[in-house]
Amino acid sequence: MSNEAILHDHQTGTHDLGHAHEHHHHETFITKYVFSQDHKMIAKQFLITGMVWAIIGGLFSVIFRLQLGYPESTFPWLEDFLGHWAKGGKLDPEFYYSLVTMHGTVLVFFVLTAGLSGTFSNFLIPLQVGARDMASPFLNMLSYWFFFTASVVMMASLFVQTGPASGGWTIYPPLSALGEASEGSKIGMDLWLISMSLFIINALLGGLNYITTVLNMRTKGMSMTRMPLTMWAFFFTAILGVLSFPVLLSGSILLLFDRNLGTSFYLSDIVINGKILPNEGGSPILFQHLFWFLGHPEVYIIILPAMGIASEVMSINSRKPIFGYMAMVGSLFAITALAFVVWAHHMFVTGLNPFLGSFFVLLTLLIAVPSAIKVFNWLTTLWRGNIRFSPGMLFAIGFVSLFISGGLTGVFLGNSALDIHLHDTYFIIAHFHIVMGVAGMFGMFAGLYHWFPKMYGRYLNNTLAYIHFWVTMVGSYLIFWPMHYEGLAGMPRRYYDFTNWESFKMFAGLNQFISFVSIIVFAAQLLFVFNFFYSIFKGRKVTTLNPWGAASLEWSTPIRPGHGNWPGEIPEVHRWAYDYGKDGRDFIPQTEPVGEDESKH
Amino acid sequence: MNDFFLIAIVVMVFLLIFQIAKASEYVSVLKGEEKSRKQTNRINGFFLIAFLIFGLIGAWWCNHLYYGKTLFPQGSASLEGENIDTMLWISIAVCGVVFLITQVLLFWFSFKYQESDTRKAFYFTHNNKLELLWTGVPAIVLTVLVVFGLKYWFKFTGDAPKDSQVIEITGHQFDWEFRYPGKDGVLGKKNYKLTDAANRNPLGVDWADDASHDDIHVGHIMHAVVGKPIKLVINSQDVIHDVGLPHFRMKMDAVPGIPTTLWFTPKWTTEEMKVRTGNTNFVYEISCDQICGKGHFSMKGIIIIESQQEFDKWIAGEKPEYYKAFPDRDPNRGPVPKTDSTSTAVKPVAMATK
Ligand code: HEM
Ligand SMILES: [Cu+2]
Ligand SMILES: [Cu+2]
Repeated sequence: MSNEAILHDHQTGTHDLGHAHEHHHHETFITKYVFSQDHKMIAKQFLITGMVWAIIGGLFSVIFRLQLGYPESTFPWLEDFLGHWAKGGKLDPEFYYSLVTMHGTVLVFFVLTAGLSGTFSNFLIPLQVGARDMASPFLNMLSYWFFFTASVVMMASLFVQTGPASGGWTIYPPLSALGEASEGSKIGMDLWLISMSLFIINALLGGLNYITTVLNMRTKGMSMTRMPLTMWAFFFTAILGVLSFPVLLSGSILLLFDRNLGTSFYLSDIVINGKILPNEGGSPILFQHLFWFLGHPEVYIIILPAMGIASEVMSINSRKPIFGYMAMVGSLFAITALAFVVWAHHMFVTGLNPFLGSFFVLLTLLIAVPSAIKVFNWLTTLWRGNIRFSPGMLFAIGFVSLFISGGLTGVFLGNSALDIHLHDTYFIIAHFHIVMGVAGMFGMFAGLYHWFPKMYGRYLNNTLAYIHFWVTMVGSYLIFWPMHYEGLAGMPRRYYDFTNWESFKMFAGLNQFISFVSIIVFAAQLLFVFNFFYSIFKGRKVTTLNPWGAASLEWSTPIRPGHGNWPGEIPEVHRWAYDYGKDGRDFIPQTEPVGEDESKH
Repeated sequence: MNDFFLIAIVVMVFLLIFQIAKASEYVSVLKGEEKSRKQTNRINGFFLIAFLIFGLIGAWWCNHLYYGKTLFPQGSASLEGENIDTMLWISIAVCGVVFLITQVLLFWFSFKYQESDTRKAFYFTHNNKLELLWTGVPAIVLTVLVVFGLKYWFKFTGDAPKDSQVIEITGHQFDWEFRYPGKDGVLGKKNYKLTDAANRNPLGVDWADDASHDDIHVGHIMHAVVGKPIKLVINSQDVIHDVGLPHFRMKMDAVPGIPTTLWFTPKWTTEEMKVRTGNTNFVYEISCDQICGKGHFSMKGIIIIESQQEFDKWIAGEKPEYYKAFPDRDPNRGPVPKTDSTSTAVKPVAMATK
């Protein structure tokens, strides 16, 4: 109801909604593709910006993996690209750290937050709850442009003389606060902080919009408990973001003050390069609390959308309802709530009070319970299904496999006693890449393969998709599984070179192997990128309204929905989104009224 | 030339893959989408089960190759670390079982219930008993893990034993320094504003505190006694570092302005470890485990664990830092040129009393 009123206001003013999109024929290139307020176009803007960042961030990892895998070799072509950062074809250590930092920042925030949440929340929320657009299309547009500006600033930091930030994506002060401490902590760090602040504004504008749209703009009959799980996932993701991103914003601003205005929020008792600094009374640990108060929810901001997408894609392709819908919603809620109270598990060895630490142990391991529920429910969804291995489905299955592998190592790390040994080793790298990095990417791919036909009215090439899946799936395990062993040997993360360490140098062969595989996996991603852009223009055309036989609302729109999504009335919803295989029917769309003699569930 | 060939080959491979992909798309359109979907479905189903089997074999093989390179075959080099190893084995056992069950079910179900004309999907929406089961069991198992974990955690994060050897360790970009309290067993006070490396006070010790006069300061290499608890008092002068002791299974951040502590009891001397590991170059290394700037990867310290006699002999040979700063006050000093000693003596005292 309310959304129709809004739509009247902002685009047609008067007329019958059936003609809403026709009034937009005077749209110019600028309003259609650049400053668009259409949620579908904004979703594509997020997606493509995210893809550009993914290629850049991925390329960074390939470059620093070259250093790790082949520490004795030189690569003259690197000097052509990077100039004085790779004199003689060997990466400068300072620049190595810049690459690591940018890789982390870009992938966590720009790819897996903006690329995943930004793309799919924007694209799917109005389509799946039955709204013509977001609650505020204008704020939605602003949200993207804040992201774009953040991207420009971050990109600019790559080109300054002293290089981009280099203190790790967690930018702990004093390292990040003092230009004397490292080159990357000069102007590069200011740019990082400004870029992230803009990014946070983007996340807040987007998040508020997603929450409002889900709460207020559902079509008739679409009660909260009839929404697809994707909607619940994006909804909780947005809540997490809105409540935790501001804390990072304040943390960043205080850091900007310490850097530029001589305050001492994070600084005390420091002698650097023989210079005695006047700052006293600050605490570097304060920053870590502020950072991880966002940082931990952030990892769930990444994984919840992936969970939602995987649930949806798995149910559709198993031709079977998602098992335990209410438990799935409940566990999403539990994860969201617990995500706020476990942050200090990243700080067990900072000198945290051990008694306080014990609460964080308890709460952290508690989060494994809802995670376990989700895994078992996914397994039961597959059980006795009639499974179609569409590319999206394969990525969803891969997602579950990775989530299990990485979630279980979380149980090791959440146990503070074990974390003492494992903290800041390659075990952590393995843990979070499997459970967040790769699993998040898998969720994203599952979504892209599944909704590409809705986005562009064409299919992606299947053969390329299967090659992409299998290389990525096998490659990811080959890269990250053996890292657990390095971690168990105490091999520290963020090291430029291990050859001088008696304790760690025995992994040289393994490091080489890992680097080699990561180059191949990176190449497979380029294959995907190619497939993506090629198929937008030349892919096989979608000819049926509902190619996957899905029950949710987005497939009741035209093949290429215009502005306003449905040409006529927004359809009314009569049932949940998971009536697959009911009463002998393949699926029953949400729009179909419940029949007289239909069985109950 | 070489690079050019490499790029050419990569591009060719890409083109080849693309051509195959295009061709197979045409074929599938000709064959009928339904039919070709079923065909690829079977292939992917087969791949999934193959992935499970080869994955498990691969995991076994990986363990075979690398288990020996982890720290576990040699056992923990500290008494407290033994608990951590126990905790690790408990976690591996519990998580290993869960891992096996869930991964096998995932791929086996995918394979077994792949699309077939003869099967109808089972409309199964929920089952409270099942769901309670897999809420309850993980909760109980995790409780067990928490109980063990916290028991150990409190044990070695508690106070260090009374008879511990106290050693102060200070990190700075990019090395470690150590201070021993000397005969009085008390470390002299410090004030970072007194730091003055040029005048032999790199740690900022307050010479006005008498307890500082017998303190011994050494760089990079730390000596300690086997079987005797060591309590490290950890400082940083510039950014956050971390005292990483993989062989002892210990780790603690070095935070500027906020001293932290860590204690453990070494079980084996360095020489014994050479035998245990079969590596004649073995040393206990301190790795900096918190990113601290461009030299982070090279921020190494060495620990020599030795017998009490060897330690006593070593420490007897070290002169307290105070006497290095003020050679004229050293009762055991040799002949010193007069002019030099007076000038260095006056300045630091003036600073310390300021
Ligand atoms: C069973 C659930 C999980 C538990 C118990 C758990 C526990 C932990 C703990 C204790 C750490 C800190 C380790 C350390 O730094 O020493 C950690 C690190 C991390 N976890 Fe998890 N985790 C779980 C699931 C996840 C999920 C689902 C994600 C992401 C989607 C995730 C992402 C991360 C990341 C990114 C880090 C490392 C951050 C950094 O230091 O750079 N974890 N995890
Ligand atoms: Cu966390
Ligand atoms: Cu360091």
